[in-house]
Amino acid sequence: MSRLLSKMEVDRRLVGLAVVLLIIWIGFDIASGGRFITPRNIFNLSVQTASVAVMACGMVLIIVTRHIDLSVGAILGVLAMIMGVVQTDLLPQFLDYNHPATWILTLLIGVVIGAGIGGIQGLAVGYLGVPAFIVTLGGLLVWRGSAWWVTQGRTVAPLDHNFILLGGGIEGTIGATWSWIVAAIAILAIIYAAIMERRRRLSFEFPVKPVWAEYTNTLIKGGLVLVVVTTLNAYHLPTRAAERLLENKGIPVTPENLEISHGIPIPLLIVALVAIILTIVVKRTRFGRYIFAIGGNPQAAELAGINVKRMTVAVFALMGVLCAISAAISSARLQSAGNDLGTLDELRVIAAVVIGGTSLAGGVGTIYGALIGALVMQSLQSGMALLGVDTSLQSIVIGLVLVLAVFSDKYFHRRYSDPTA
Amino acid sequence: MTDMTDMTTKTDPLVEMRDIHISFGGVKAVDGVSIDLYPGEVVGVLGHNGAGKSTLIKILSGAYQADSGQIIVDGKEAKIENARDARDNNIETIYQNLALADNLDAAQNLFLGREIIDRFGFLDDAAMEHKAREVLHRLNPNFKKFTSPVSALSGGQRQSVAIARALLFEARVLIMDEPCAALGVHETKMVGELIDQLKRDGLGILLISHDLHDVFDLSDRLHVMKNGKLVGSVRTEDVTHDDVLGMIILGKMPEHLMHLAGPGATNGPAATNG
Repeated sequence: MSRLLSKMEVDRRLVGLAVVLLIIWIGFDIASGGRFITPRNIFNLSVQTASVAVMACGMVLIIVTRHIDLSVGAILGVLAMIMGVVQTDLLPQFLDYNHPATWILTLLIGVVIGAGIGGIQGLAVGYLGVPAFIVTLGGLLVWRGSAWWVTQGRTVAPLDHNFILLGGGIEGTIGATWSWIVAAIAILAIIYAAIMERRRRLSFEFPVKPVWAEYTNTLIKGGLVLVVVTTLNAYHLPTRAAERLLENKGIPVTPENLEISHGIPIPLLIVALVAIILTIVVKRTRFGRYIFAIGGNPQAAELAGINVKRMTVAVFALMGVLCAISAAISSARLQSAGNDLGTLDELRVIAAVVIGGTSLAGGVGTIYGALIGALVMQSLQSGMALLGVDTSLQSIVIGLVLVLAVFSDKYFHRRYSDPTA
Repeated sequence: MTDMTDMTTKTDPLVEMRDIHISFGGVKAVDGVSIDLYPGEVVGVLGHNGAGKSTLIKILSGAYQADSGQIIVDGKEAKIENARDARDNNIETIYQNLALADNLDAAQNLFLGREIIDRFGFLDDAAMEHKAREVLHRLNPNFKKFTSPVSALSGGQRQSVAIARALLFEARVLIMDEPCAALGVHETKMVGELIDQLKRDGLGILLISHDLHDVFDLSDRLHVMKNGKLVGSVRTEDVTHDDVLGMIILGKMPEHLMHLAGPGATNGPAATNG
């Protein structure tokens, strides 16, 4: 089995994580009498995971450079408040209510301020030499406090109609047809990438995977896309909502056309986009390479001419940008912005990243690992909620799982990673 | 000096450091030291910890700047104020533990800081791996692990990667800090073979070590330092281990070579300047 995996050049840790996730899902499905693995629950799971997943992608880079960011939840809170005020109080002074440009301008302002907040923290870490743990611990208090000051504690609602779509409500999906199109594009991209990579390696006469492994890899990836999209398309709108939608469009209601699919929720699309972009950044750009070099050996990176301080600022600024995107998703999902939004998210994000195999010692970590880590965390939480487990017990279980995950990772890593392989 | 440079009179030195002084808070770390290095020559710089050998070399690699003195590269005075200046003068330093990022593979380490990018600005890993295979194969035909992180490599293989990195920068002067520290017998032999090969290619190599045994057999000449001063420069073939130990520990030139003594040498117990 392990030889098979190494021939396919599959990350062993990824397989382990996938197995854990599968066990959790099947376990909850059995315990709940078949209510966990349903299109509806999978859809909700994807929407609930989105906010933490986006931030987890950035946290991977922070932790890889041997830093930590404890302030992401608080930054999310203050940015959600700012974006709430921008779209409900500020922009309506210049634009009509629910103007199509409102959500774009709001998000843009959030992203710029997020980059600024992250950048300031990065400056303190990189140039002033204050440990990231302290800077962001201070940041946690500063930004959570600032979130209150934006409106003196008043919750901002209702939010802009288009902005709310970012949270993936009933209308915040792309529907069946577009979902199939996205699936088709994704599968074509997977095939294209595999062919190009193989061609490139062959042109340099490097060793390549056996052809069957290429086919299997591509088949698994493509199959996964197809399964996800099929599942999301199998989740239909509630009858009442479907009727209202048809009436709004002036289409007569019949039993057949009442079956309207949700399709891919917009927050899931955002996660996919963020993850793909950051994976490309990590694997194919100097910026990504330097992040890992700094994590592996900061002195070597410095001697190689990498500006470690400036890189630190950039990585924290990027984290701030992702906090803005997460803030948009979370507040849009709740259709309101309260100053306690994102409380304890920093812990969920760090837990997701660590479960996903990123080493707190730096230098090692993957984006896709963090995504699965986020999904594992959310699955546990949703599953226990579905079974009616007390919130207090949920926290205890999740806390234990986090410790267990890191322990087992260390244990298996020591046992099965052959340094001469 | 004349009989010592017999074998190299035809060529000019690659690098000369003349009358270098540097002090830190009143302590004279390097006090009027001059050394030189010729093409195709391996020169050991020996001394106890605190003798000033690392400080002297860091002046050459651009980490420190001398208070006074000259650095002459290819017969011309060179200003070396930082690592980039050193690199521009084809001087590369391989630091003992600072050279490689453990989590990156060989090719990624070789090209760190000057990656090959494609026309879209993305990293061209295949091209880098190709070039890495070429360079490493020349240095070490047994090198196979191109895609594992360098933490999975043996000490000797890591040195190969570090040296290959310097060669890619077209180094002509290679400074190696404790090149054989923490290496096993076999690994040390491998590094020795690497150094021999670089020597044949006409590079000048400075080996910095506090352990005589590491560098004695590899070096053509030895510069020995003590308390910031040069005890003397000797040809390896003219001296025994004990002679050199005497130079390192006592700061004393061997009797039969007294005429070669440097300005800091005494014939009695070491002069202290603290």
